[in-house]
Amino acid sequence: MTTSKLRHRQIQSEFADLINPGWRRFIAPFSVLLLGFAYLVYLFFFFDFAHIGNRWHADRAALFALDSYAHKVHIDTSWRDMSKLQASLEGSRWERYETLPDWVTPSQDGGNTIDFGEDGAITLFADRIVMNWSAYASPITIRKPGAAGFSVESDVTLPSWLRISKSKVDIRPTLYSRVQVYKSKITLHRYFVGWEYFFFDFDSPLRDHSLADVFSLVKSGERLDPTQSNVALVLQEFWTNSLWFHRDVFVALMQTIFMAVMGTLIAALVGLPLAFLAAYNVTPLAGARFVLRRLFDTLRGLDMLIWSLIFIRAFGMGPFSGILAIGVTDTGTLGKLMSEAIENIEKKQVEGVQSTGANRVQQHRFGILPQILPLFISQTLYYLESNTRGAVIIGAMGAGGIGLQFLGALSTGTDWENVAYISAVVLITVILIDMMSSRLRRKLIG
Amino acid sequence: MFAADLSRSAAFAFRFIFQSISLDLQMAFTVPAHLAAIETELHRQTRQRALYSFLTIAGLIGFMIVGFEAADEANAGGFLQGFNQLLDFPLELFRLSFEAGWNWFPLLLKYLPALMETIHMAMLATFIGFIGAVAVSLLASQNLVKSKLAVATMRRFMDLSRAFPELVLAMVLLFLMGKSAVPALIAIAFHTIGALGKLFSEANENADMRPVEGLTATGANWFQQVRYGVIPQVLPNYLSYGLLRLEINVRASTILGFVGAGGIGEQLTANIQWTYGAAVTAIFVLLITTIVALDYLSRWARSRLIGANSTVEG
Repeated sequence: MTTSKLRHRQIQSEFADLINPGWRRFIAPFSVLLLGFAYLVYLFFFFDFAHIGNRWHADRAALFALDSYAHKVHIDTSWRDMSKLQASLEGSRWERYETLPDWVTPSQDGGNTIDFGEDGAITLFADRIVMNWSAYASPITIRKPGAAGFSVESDVTLPSWLRISKSKVDIRPTLYSRVQVYKSKITLHRYFVGWEYFFFDFDSPLRDHSLADVFSLVKSGERLDPTQSNVALVLQEFWTNSLWFHRDVFVALMQTIFMAVMGTLIAALVGLPLAFLAAYNVTPLAGARFVLRRLFDTLRGLDMLIWSLIFIRAFGMGPFSGILAIGVTDTGTLGKLMSEAIENIEKKQVEGVQSTGANRVQQHRFGILPQILPLFISQTLYYLESNTRGAVIIGAMGAGGIGLQFLGALSTGTDWENVAYISAVVLITVILIDMMSSRLRRKLIG
Repeated sequence: MFAADLSRSAAFAFRFIFQSISLDLQMAFTVPAHLAAIETELHRQTRQRALYSFLTIAGLIGFMIVGFEAADEANAGGFLQGFNQLLDFPLELFRLSFEAGWNWFPLLLKYLPALMETIHMAMLATFIGFIGAVAVSLLASQNLVKSKLAVATMRRFMDLSRAFPELVLAMVLLFLMGKSAVPALIAIAFHTIGALGKLFSEANENADMRPVEGLTATGANWFQQVRYGVIPQVLPNYLSYGLLRLEINVRASTILGFVGAGGIGEQLTANIQWTYGAAVTAIFVLLITTIVALDYLSRWARSRLIGANSTVEG
């Protein structure tokens, strides 16, 4: 037998349980996996994932998604007088256009042609509607409804996106065009990508100015309003936009940021001294330490949410309650964290300071503080970040700010473009604060 | 005799030269005039630092005073008046609970199913988020993926999902899917992917690459390299972060109950609105017990896993 074979056998006998670890070895991990899997199966039925499709309204979601990045212009008319057309923004009674848009033109044979761009075009006559959709080969004609109901004529079988019911005919060849024909009236929707009147609202004198126009107006233009300069007018019109509420969104955003900053500041300024008092190498009184420790646990354990409910009850709705909720919760978290850090410091620095004849306060200031300051700053900045998100959430619970604004836009159920706008503002703010604090952290503690 | 003299004078000359050089060197660094300049500079810097610290602290205090007043003004109720009322609500709750007497204890059992629903929500969301975060973080680690584009894309995705407050996404989904726990679950899981993914990718990037090199030498493919070279190193960290996240997610799913996701949060809002004090305190007790228990449990498990207290927030 050669040496290498001998060695081989030796290794085999020495590590037998590693090379061939018998089935008993797998009992524990396997049963953990099995339990976990059983739990997942249980949860699958608990949350009824099998029927999740029934709850998900895909068509509604598609409509909301469309509304969040596009807007529609309505053209309304009635069978009584098909020559009278009214254009409006999203069918609003307050935002009616004085003139028809340029995609509505009179046709040669006495009707009005409404151009739907790539989707096709339809023509309204006094007694019928003729539609030419590019998604459908032949023209479709809808006659003025009589007592018998609607009559829809076409050479080929009608497409599935044309639905006839007792009260109306609903035609939606693509997401961007829709025609609804009722017994007495007709409504046409044409969608356009983009947020309508984001800069200046419908009633603004600057409504139809392009951005370049506005720039030249500001630089050198006749005063639109003789009482104020064009710059002031432009800013005022933007600021008081009644469709997008730029002022309200901005004020709410500032409130939210303010809540987060103030709450974090309070937590930092109150939590640090308390942390010193709760550390055994600073405070000799065991009783005081115990009380403070339990206080930190309670503040933390009660959670920001419950604190905000209590404070909203006491101080009413508004940022003040939010600030207190954030401040109180994070006093507990920071206090606990920093007292642990103080207990883990290097003693030698304190002894060094002590040997120079420094008193207790000086020992803490020059022996302990420099050691925990980097951790303190970085943790405070972390909390500032997460508190920005927290402030949005407790804002929606009633503390005000952008969270409440978001809730308001959402609860209308129609202003999905505002929901998208506020979400974008929140996202950008959170990401910016995130970036700023990580840069600051790197700069301060290297 | 002559030789001895010579050697002594040579030694003297050497010492003289050496000493004068070293003296020169010393002078170069500590000329008295320079010393004075340095001292004034030191004093100036000390004064400047003191001034800066003073200005910063004064600025902070000023900001807080102005801020407090502004916030107080914007608030529905006033500070002083509210301060007197601060304890009213908790005291009222205690009074009502006390009135309930022995009937208070069955309330704990009554709300236990709601609590379990919240915990289930958090568990599943953490699980889905954990799996997603592992996948995303492996693709977002520079040492594992060569394509800079893939790493940057994954990082931006993580930034985005981390920045989304759960509530914002949850409310939109609740609107679309109707009131149930599933939309909230999806929202929390989405946020968890970003929050955990960032921590995981940092762990991946700090992993020792030598096992991976060894595996590459044996001809292992990418999955095998990751599975046998990276995962064993970072799994304890993953699990520890995951446990912390579970704790955070229990809080989050409670909050989402407030806006219609069900669970204990929904019961809590309803009872607060109707001022059913006994039920409110019972729910508080359940919630706080759960959170504290999870806190201790996860700290114990984490110390077993990575042997140290680690603090993460996200």
